[in-house]
Amino acid sequence: MSTNGKLKIGMYWAASCGGCDISLLEIGARILDLTQIADVALWPCAADFKYKDVAAYPDGYLDVCFYNGSVRNSEQEELARLLRKKSKTLVAYGACACDGGIPALANFKSPKSIFQAVYHDNPSLDNPAGVEPQPETPSPFGTLRLPIFYPAVLRLREIVDVDYELPGCPPQADRVWETIQAVVSGAVPPRNNGLRVGCTGKTVCEDCPLEKRLVKISGFRRHHEFRPEPGWCFLEQGLLCMGPATRGGCGALCIKGGLPCEGCYGPAAAVEDQGAAMSGALGGLLDASTEERAQELVSQISDPSGRFYRFTTAAGMMKVHGQGGQS
Amino acid sequence: MTHTETAPQGAVEAPTWEPRIVGFLCYWCSYTGADGAGSARIKYTPNVDIVKVMCSGRIDPELVTMAFSRGADGVLVLGCHPGDCHYINGNHKTMVRMPLLRRILEDFGIEPQRFRHDWVSAAEGEKFSRLVTEMTEQIRALGPLDWPKRMRDLGVGHGAGLGPWGEDHR
Repeated sequence: MSTNGKLKIGMYWAASCGGCDISLLEIGARILDLTQIADVALWPCAADFKYKDVAAYPDGYLDVCFYNGSVRNSEQEELARLLRKKSKTLVAYGACACDGGIPALANFKSPKSIFQAVYHDNPSLDNPAGVEPQPETPSPFGTLRLPIFYPAVLRLREIVDVDYELPGCPPQADRVWETIQAVVSGAVPPRNNGLRVGCTGKTVCEDCPLEKRLVKISGFRRHHEFRPEPGWCFLEQGLLCMGPATRGGCGALCIKGGLPCEGCYGPAAAVEDQGAAMSGALGGLLDASTEERAQELVSQISDPSGRFYRFTTAAGMMKVHGQGGQS
Repeated sequence: MTHTETAPQGAVEAPTWEPRIVGFLCYWCSYTGADGAGSARIKYTPNVDIVKVMCSGRIDPELVTMAFSRGADGVLVLGCHPGDCHYINGNHKTMVRMPLLRRILEDFGIEPQRFRHDWVSAAEGEKFSRLVTEMTEQIRALGPLDWPKRMRDLGVGHGAGLGPWGEDHR
């Protein structure tokens, strides 16, 4: 805490879409309460602070730092380490920082094939010289440097100790506010080794208002192919819903809006691998009494890896493609 | 069983690599089958570390991904033939989970030969020994998987060293 008696808070943006920064504003007028007790000491999205300002802070200057986004390049790692040093409490904010999030889906591909797609094969590209970004480029003004692209997307806890993890894509405003209150009031211990906050210990199904009719899934369909019957469990209707393998906390928001759960709150408590957990859950839900039928039903699921690990590729057991870096 | 101790990878006096397979076997059929292979003194490669579970329906796909991520070169899942489950339909769940998991493992770049799912009855010691021997030779041809090394090379866990959900595994 600084001389004016106010808390110092920071919000940093790494490999993410920026939705987390917006979600902090989603707490609405309560942001004014927050500014009564706290000063913003870093928020690249909203305020003009330079990295050298942060480096000049004494260690532990920030009372709470929210770090959103996963770590894809050397700049993000550098800031993770710097902010860990400058923060009393470091919170991984959002699915990307907690579990890798959408950017970590790239872990199913090698960096080489990502560069090939982004800088050479993309149909809207105009890159006749086949230029790719280089970490170092000589220029008359000296060497220009870009952050180094890492071979995989990592979640924050792979880089530094994280005190709390607040999951969600993005975390829901009420959960964010509860977390801020708990951290600021000292209701939670200052450091707690990556404890998940702002979520429940149960799955999304626990909060889901839809009716379970205890029928087995007899075939998978996608949302554009039919109109699901309102009020009836999506999975039982053959629409893939990540509810059984996803941690609660959002209040089944998507489901109440008419869409199946996508799994953004990450794996349920005591589970590490959300995709494996979803495969496990489906085992008991499919109407398959012969091996052929089981094969047929399984083949109807399009892209199981991409859908089961949509937000948690970097958090599962495997984390990256086995040949990454070579293929 | 005549199952002999394998030299773990990286152990002293074991400079040559040997495939290390984790086998999840159901108690009622497949484990009894493996036991039968031993009693009948059928020879098979000593590369499988057997984990006995009560039912193949108990094998959470996470156990398989965990085995790979902690250094297994292959994973073998065996249960009762469909229709023979001691718990009526435990293996019906297995026969959905394992093909689904196979698709996921392929997306992670794990060769199909490294993950095998089959049915072995209590009388099929011969089949068990054949499966293990076959799988060992296929994996030997592929070489080590060594996922932990791959994670270290990518820098996973080089900072916090935290285990799942804040448990400190350091």
